[in-house]
Amino acid sequence: MSRFQVVSGKGGTGKTTVAAALALALATEGRRTLLVEVEGRQGIAQLFGSDALPYEERKIAVAPGGGEVYALAIDAELALLDYLQMFYKLGSAGRALKKLGAIDFATTIAPGVRDVLLTGKACEAVRRKDRQGRFVYDHVIMDAPPTGRITRFLNVNDEVAGLARIGPIHNQAQAVMRVLKSPQTAVHLVTLLEEMPVQETADGIAELRAAELPVGSVFVNMVRPHLLDEDALRTAAGGRRKEIAKALTRAGVTGSAALVRPLVEQAAEHAERVGLEREQRAVLAGLGLPTAELPLIGDGVDLAALHDLATELRKQGAGEEGDA
Amino acid sequence: MRADTAGGEASAAGLDTDALLDDPGIRIVVCCGSGGVGKTTTAAALGVRAAERGRKVVVLTIDPARRLAQSMGIDRLDNVPRRVDGIDGQGELHAMMLDMKRTFDETVEAHADAERARAILENPFYQSLSAGFAGTQEYMAMEKLGQLRARDEWDLIIVDTPPSRSALDFLDAPKRLGSFLDGKFIRLLMAPAKVGGRAGMKFLNVGMSMMSGTLGKLLGGQFLKDVQTFVAAMDTMFGGFRSRADATYKLLQAPGTAFLVVATPEQDALREAAYFVERLAAEKMPLAGLVLNRVHGSEASRLSAEQALAAAENLDEARTENLDDARIVDQRAGKAGLGDQEAPDPAVTASGPTEPPLSPEAGQASGPEPAAEHEDTTENEPPHESIATSATTPDDVTTDADPGDSAGTTDDEIPSDEALDEEALGVEELTAGLLRLHAERMQVVAREHRTRDRFTALHPEVPVTAVAALPGDVHDLNGLRAIGDRLADGSAPAPAGVA
Repeated sequence: MSRFQVVSGKGGTGKTTVAAALALALATEGRRTLLVEVEGRQGIAQLFGSDALPYEERKIAVAPGGGEVYALAIDAELALLDYLQMFYKLGSAGRALKKLGAIDFATTIAPGVRDVLLTGKACEAVRRKDRQGRFVYDHVIMDAPPTGRITRFLNVNDEVAGLARIGPIHNQAQAVMRVLKSPQTAVHLVTLLEEMPVQETADGIAELRAAELPVGSVFVNMVRPHLLDEDALRTAAGGRRKEIAKALTRAGVTGSAALVRPLVEQAAEHAERVGLEREQRAVLAGLGLPTAELPLIGDGVDLAALHDLATELRKQGAGEEGDA
Repeated sequence: MRADTAGGEASAAGLDTDALLDDPGIRIVVCCGSGGVGKTTTAAALGVRAAERGRKVVVLTIDPARRLAQSMGIDRLDNVPRRVDGIDGQGELHAMMLDMKRTFDETVEAHADAERARAILENPFYQSLSAGFAGTQEYMAMEKLGQLRARDEWDLIIVDTPPSRSALDFLDAPKRLGSFLDGKFIRLLMAPAKVGGRAGMKFLNVGMSMMSGTLGKLLGGQFLKDVQTFVAAMDTMFGGFRSRADATYKLLQAPGTAFLVVATPEQDALREAAYFVERLAAEKMPLAGLVLNRVHGSEASRLSAEQALAAAENLDEARTENLDDARIVDQRAGKAGLGDQEAPDPAVTASGPTEPPLSPEAGQASGPEPAAEHEDTTENEPPHESIATSATTPDDVTTDADPGDSAGTTDDEIPSDEALDEEALGVEELTAGLLRLHAERMQVVAREHRTRDRFTALHPEVPVTAVAALPGDVHDLNGLRAIGDRLADGSAPAPAGVA
């Protein structure tokens, strides 16, 4: 299965939550995973209820069976200074460069350099081995930029390799591309059962494929329970208000007559939504990708909820498909 | 100005979007917020509403979903404002989508002579920069806004902001580009010796030579040369970029501008919204209020989630007991066992439209189904009777595996297919389902209230309009109008009852 799993999705679909649940799910049975974020939002820290993550890999959770989840917030500027230190032993000179605005230039203005550094750092973690020659992390899971930017983000190395035609950045960019375009990588897209995110998912998959980036699974997030057979509900409720009122009274609800209309209307809305969801499910099914569904967590996602979601993902075998 | 545009000092914390759209003094409305909260839809809906209230509006979208572009009757929005058809009244609506590369190209062409412009446009560094360096989109959105405002063809410009990593990027980007263009670094790239000499500082010289060397090694000499060529070609334009960025920034601070922070009643979105509110205040940008999208409410809110669930339980219990009753019915019909699993189905098939003339016991209750007959399910006669009085014979009941099948087999015996479909569910089951749906809704409502309260506690001064959730997506002008109505109605302190 893919060692590098990139989680993207339209804004608001819960990428960070899915990435974190996946990192937990893949960390079972004594495995070790690294969850990385690249957008400087400290979403992982918020999710796990920890302090802001530094630019340092640290353990944030344990999975059943002794597995461990590490987390890292990649900071482009520090990653660059890292590289400079690594390649050029630039200690204080790095600070001088910073003063001049060169670091800022490289990480925010120079096209792509920032993204090269971010993907580069993640790929370094993917490839890193310990003294015994074993991979330090069984899986690296990235909470990646949204669908609209993901192809460009991952593919930036190609572009940079073309711009910077020689030198370490060029080599680095090419090495990153080799990881990203291999079966070691899987790019997952998170969606909701709503039209716009589903459309964006379909578009995103097409773009990823055109760029020859390996598409993994579709994660349908925040799936709400279906409490009734909706067709029956929609057709049934309308003509039976009196009966319903009486049933409500029998169930111990007072003033039931006034409640019937709003209850039936809510049911009609529910039925409409479920119908739309069914359409979107069909669209997703047409994409021909493995799909996993995660339930809506009503009261905000905390660590316990993440574990539940991880269990759900394990049950559905998410992240396991696609073999390296 | 925030409170004025929002309709009074915000003790009620209601945001009056119509007052905002009707105010001729308001020339720019900026919709900002984190990704996925409906910024673009809000911008489009405000555009339609403002136009139909008589204004001449242009909506500048950044990256609209295809459907949204279609909803304004424009299949492909591009970098030129297009008139939207079907707007009622005297107003006009135009819509466009930012094409950042084209905007950048046009800016270059407008401010450099032909030869120099070509040199810039062909420069590889420029091509990457214009197509997508972090911040180009934000910068170009501001550049385009400045252009639209300068044309003065519209009396209201509604701007959507880019789906940035952080909602704040679009405020930062112009400054960042400006400081880059003004910075030491770029001058260093252009004329390294000059900077060191002028600064008269040794370490700069050292830093400079080390840096050129390092960057050269790091990026490759060609890249550095591309950058230098680009910078040299752009040299004369930098002042222009800088001053336009400053001008747009000032425009955003001016009283004619109103910021709307858009969010959904979810933790993350409201946290971003709170950051944004604070940031706008720090930048002295005029905030009109918060648009809270996809808010749920319930007209049956006096029935709490707990009460609804308890009532559903009551109905379930009644139903389970009736399940036993139904089995007895089966057994009486001499088909013991077979009907076990499908035991509720007798009720289903039995619930014909023959309901009113049913057994006297049923009058007090409602449906002809066993469960509906009575709360006290120890009584077995009524269910039996109801089945007997219904059009379905016990045989049909016991041999039918599910409601669908029974529809087939009992077709000719009941008044109409339609009637059967309508009655395909026992009233107990149906009502319990309605109650559970309601409980779920009430939980959502309560959760949204909590998140919203947290925001209000932080920023009680920010007027809010709550936009009731639509069950589906927006596909046309009517959909946008419906959202416009909800935007206008949502200024009541509590969320609207409809969802």
